[in-house]
Amino acid sequence: MTSQNAMPTYLGMPSFPDAARRAVADPRLRGNLAHATGTIRERRADAVAELDDWGALRESGKQIKDHVLANLGHYLRVLEEKVTEAGGTVHWARDAAEANRIVADLVKATGETEVVKVKSMATQEIGLNEALAEEGIAAYETDLAELIVQLGHDRPSHILVPAIHRNRSDIRDIFRKEMPDAPADLSDSPADLAEAARRHLRAKFLSAKVAVSGVNFAVADTGTLVVLESEGNGRMCLTLPETLISVMGVEKIVPTMRDLEVFLQLLPRSSTAERMNPYTSTWTGVHPGDGPRDFHLVLLDNGRTDTLADEVGRQALRCIRCSACLNVCPVYERAGGHAYGSPYPGPIGAILSPQIRGIGSEVDASLPYASSLCGACFEACPVAIDIPEVLVHLRARAVEDGPRHPVEKAAMTAAGWTLRSPARLALAQRAASASRRIVAPRGRIRRLPGPLGAWTETRDAPAPPKESFRAWWARTDGGRAPDPGHGTDPAGPGGTEDAKREKGEDA
Amino acid sequence: MKIALFLTCVNDTMYPETGKAMVRLLRRLGHDVEFPPGQTCCGQMHLNTGYRTQAKHLVKGFSETFDAYDAVVTPSASCAAMIRDWHPRLAPRTAGLASRVHELTEFLVDVLGVTDVGAYYPHRVTYHPTCHSLRMLHVGDRPLKLLREVRGIDLVDLPDATQCCGFGGTFALKNSEVSAAMCADKVTAVRETGAETLCAADNSCLMHIGGALSRTRAGVRTVHLAEILASTEEDPS
Repeated sequence: MTSQNAMPTYLGMPSFPDAARRAVADPRLRGNLAHATGTIRERRADAVAELDDWGALRESGKQIKDHVLANLGHYLRVLEEKVTEAGGTVHWARDAAEANRIVADLVKATGETEVVKVKSMATQEIGLNEALAEEGIAAYETDLAELIVQLGHDRPSHILVPAIHRNRSDIRDIFRKEMPDAPADLSDSPADLAEAARRHLRAKFLSAKVAVSGVNFAVADTGTLVVLESEGNGRMCLTLPETLISVMGVEKIVPTMRDLEVFLQLLPRSSTAERMNPYTSTWTGVHPGDGPRDFHLVLLDNGRTDTLADEVGRQALRCIRCSACLNVCPVYERAGGHAYGSPYPGPIGAILSPQIRGIGSEVDASLPYASSLCGACFEACPVAIDIPEVLVHLRARAVEDGPRHPVEKAAMTAAGWTLRSPARLALAQRAASASRRIVAPRGRIRRLPGPLGAWTETRDAPAPPKESFRAWWARTDGGRAPDPGHGTDPAGPGGTEDAKREKGEDA
Repeated sequence: MKIALFLTCVNDTMYPETGKAMVRLLRRLGHDVEFPPGQTCCGQMHLNTGYRTQAKHLVKGFSETFDAYDAVVTPSASCAAMIRDWHPRLAPRTAGLASRVHELTEFLVDVLGVTDVGAYYPHRVTYHPTCHSLRMLHVGDRPLKLLREVRGIDLVDLPDATQCCGFGGTFALKNSEVSAAMCADKVTAVRETGAETLCAADNSCLMHIGGALSRTRAGVRTVHLAEILASTEEDPS
């Protein structure tokens, strides 16, 4: 990896609309995404429909998470105590830099220069691989999709399927070029690709002395950590190496083992559309002669305390990283994951990134607007995060605290001023009606000026009517008086020339 | 029952025929309806674009205009959802009024208890269930129940009907490429039905899809559901 490629930084990423424009123009990417999300969307719907108590499970998941968030300090202290009792070491990291420092120092203390990794969103969030590379430590991703992303010097574009933007011929090309032990005649059949990855990774598992993982759930009252995965690579990393370092966001706690019952049903069905994922690993501290001898847990804040302080926005911390919201999102399907400028793409990324990173940059301030507010994400979320509500809330924060957009602000202020008064609205309506022959000689507007031009790039705009409804109502006493100029609406035929034109009959 | 029509700023300004259809339909069903002239806008555009203070002014104006009425009926599912979901949060005193605001199909089916409104509309029609009608208001199959009773109608299913058309208010401008890509897929689905008419419970979404249908010369017209329900053999729309 060149140093340039080793640093897929998200700093200075373009705003969402700019990045999305490029993705929309890439038909192959759109095809890959539409096919992949469409398939998983259907399978997930079936997996969820199998359970007649899905609604109750979802409510339980929400309540357990909310309870933990409301008592987070307590549960973190309990977790620390239990992990320590079981022979683990707990570290606290305020931000990405602290967490990376802690992990790098722990690896260096072992004398090793290589680590194997279990797919982890927290370590993507803090840019751990890049930070370790700067310290001369090579981190090898062992999840197949993460491996594809890493070998391709690429960024993940989906929470569960980070290489969703790649199809199998892309993957074959990446393996042939970047995987030293890949067969020269490697085909693009899924079985052959998986076999090549398996052989490549097996050597890593057997030689690695240090592993780094994330955490899906941490059970406070036993100090037990849980990782769910599908490929068995996690089980390898969690059991073979001598040293295990796990990095988890502080919100990953559940109070008791019993609570896992809820999440082990919600997560697999929501994410992979499976009744149960193939591998669920749990571990509690260290055990002589069995598994890692040295276990470290890094508790990561990195903006979570700030997020928790926001009464509306804090529900984003319920997220269990299933990616159901990505798979149902029509915006994600067209824009792809990279446009979100963060390892957290899609609807959850649009509400999480601006909260954990702050809303000061163009990309973070643009993310809450990366949604048509269609509500499909809220419907799919297994812990009932009202993503549209948080998006709308964060838009207000973006206007108040984000980068200035004076033209938009002036337009919105003018619109607000007009709409605050029925008399001013009536005046604006009369002006619109008076201009209709000029702006829309053929009954529709082909081109609008200024920022409104974005509309008429692909869509005609309707011509203003001859008179507004309020003007008609006043003139005809709500249709009770005769209406010589307009037939006898509303009792009349209603098929005036204008009405027909407004309905597009002359199109 | 004192019924007020909240037509919404978009319909009042751009789609007066929808308002006239609402009046015609409700009168035909034996209910007079008033148009309080103090009405303007529910505040949705400002709220959803992040201009909360402006939205609050509009919420206040809405509440002053409509508080005296027993029922408020509106031809916009999106504005009805804004009022019911957001007005009480922005101004807690408006909760009582918000619960008396009904989207047209809810008003017909739940309040008036009718599904056959005596309409006649001899055209091939497909129905787009808008996102806010579906996932915020939860109108369910009320619009389809009403449409199925229309005499002469040839009602055809829209493929992938519940997919968003990509309008989303200022989203259509701020993310116009993504919005247009979503709309293009919706237009393809509409054309597949062979319908002459696309209808919905919201003219904003229809303005968006209709704009693309018009640009691509698809030969499909967009009509608000209210205009179909108001149409009769003697008085077709």
